[in-house]
Amino acid sequence: MSNISRRKMMTTGLAATAGVAGLATAARLARRYGLIPPDGSGIYGPGETLTYAAQRLLTHHSLAREFPRSMISKTPFGNEIAPPGDAFKRHQAAGFSDWRLTVDGMVAHPASFSLSDLKALPVHNQITEVACEEGWSYIAEWIGTPLVHVLDAVGVLPQARYIVYYSIEPDWWESIDMADALHPQTFLTLGMNDGELPVRFGGPLRLRVPRQLGYKSVKFITRITATDSMKRFGKGLGSASPEAGYAWYAGI
Amino acid sequence: MSSTSVVEIARASRHTALVRITHWITVLSFLALLLTGAEIVISHPRFYWGETGNSGTTPLFKIPIPASRSTVPSGYNYVMPDENGWSRYLHFEAAWVLVLTGLIYVAAGLLTRHFARNLLPAPGDRNWGAFRAVLAKYLRRAPPDPAESRVYNVVQRTAYLSVIFVLFPLVIWTGLALSPAFDSAVPAAVDLLGGRQSARTLHFFVSGLLVFFLIVHVAMIAFAGFWNRMRGMITGRIAAASERP
Repeated sequence: MSNISRRKMMTTGLAATAGVAGLATAARLARRYGLIPPDGSGIYGPGETLTYAAQRLLTHHSLAREFPRSMISKTPFGNEIAPPGDAFKRHQAAGFSDWRLTVDGMVAHPASFSLSDLKALPVHNQITEVACEEGWSYIAEWIGTPLVHVLDAVGVLPQARYIVYYSIEPDWWESIDMADALHPQTFLTLGMNDGELPVRFGGPLRLRVPRQLGYKSVKFITRITATDSMKRFGKGLGSASPEAGYAWYAGI
Repeated sequence: MSSTSVVEIARASRHTALVRITHWITVLSFLALLLTGAEIVISHPRFYWGETGNSGTTPLFKIPIPASRSTVPSGYNYVMPDENGWSRYLHFEAAWVLVLTGLIYVAAGLLTRHFARNLLPAPGDRNWGAFRAVLAKYLRRAPPDPAESRVYNVVQRTAYLSVIFVLFPLVIWTGLALSPAFDSAVPAAVDLLGGRQSARTLHFFVSGLLVFFLIVHVAMIAFAGFWNRMRGMITGRIAAASERP
């Protein structure tokens, strides 16, 4: 064996060792700083972790684009939903007057809010785009209470890392990390385009997460839970989406 | 090892290990992106221009196939199977592999002067005449002369540089512009393209240009001698003798 190929082998070996050590360090750092998503294992884990970690470093506080009123879509598209269950139909018949949002988990004061309780908190509006993973989109004005005000009202504990939210419809739940939960544009949405939020668009209460794709904006919200780990929720993958094969983090 | 065999191998060596490894990783990730990209398009085979577009608005054009969602007015009474979940996971993972591989390739290419030596057209070839002469030879279907198995001609150099420094950066940019979180940090990424739906449509067209390159690339390799060229890109060496028996 010539000197050159021996040197080449040693260089390659050293580079490979450095690479493995570097990856191990990166994985340890990512875990410590919460940069691994709940569905960050399995064959798609490395890709998901890279995406989520890169987005968290890049977009922690950035604001979703807002648009002028003239760009509000004339034909917003309310995506297809399963036929409403009996519980929802009872609320709908009563004009949603008894609709309640329960907030529990890692909070100092678990509480339950009526829709008028939520309207009594600071109500904001934003004109943002809904982008579906399928490819279509529309712009609407969304009126609601930033989730952060509800979390402040119940005193979310500092060790909470995720906010889990549930629809009244079964098996429809999602979770977001605190960067998105405390984000000023993450709304408990009550109204749309100067009116009530139509049922087709998630009324009476939808959690809008404008920095992520539409499927993170769950319709008909009745419960919110703060937690430090997603392991005990469902299959431990973060939400119903990964259980159906879709990524937990939908900021892409 | 005798001195003659060293000379022989040196004479027939074609591609460096770095070029070969990054080439095949790019092939695999590009094919994964292509397959999964097509799967994702099937869920909404309509394209728009501007910021917004959906089943209630007029498309710029639509692909005449059934969709994998019943909400899309495709004109067919058939709903395709929905494969978006794993397609999206794989699309973004393959995109990471492609981008990281591309960064290594470009950085190494600059450091080793690979682009300057092998891909930048020679000063005497930077004119239409040289370009046309090569095209005319292709159109005559003249077999490549032996020198062309070791160096790229001006048309090849232009095509490869365009793919590396124009089409891939564009397809990455238009893809990133479809990320709502990335757009929140870098709004210009999508605004400069004319809006979200324009970015999606451009992503589709640039991917189409890359597919066009792939087809021509493989066809030309078949024309020049498929197995010898494959051997060149796999082992780094090509047969020194005439290529077309």
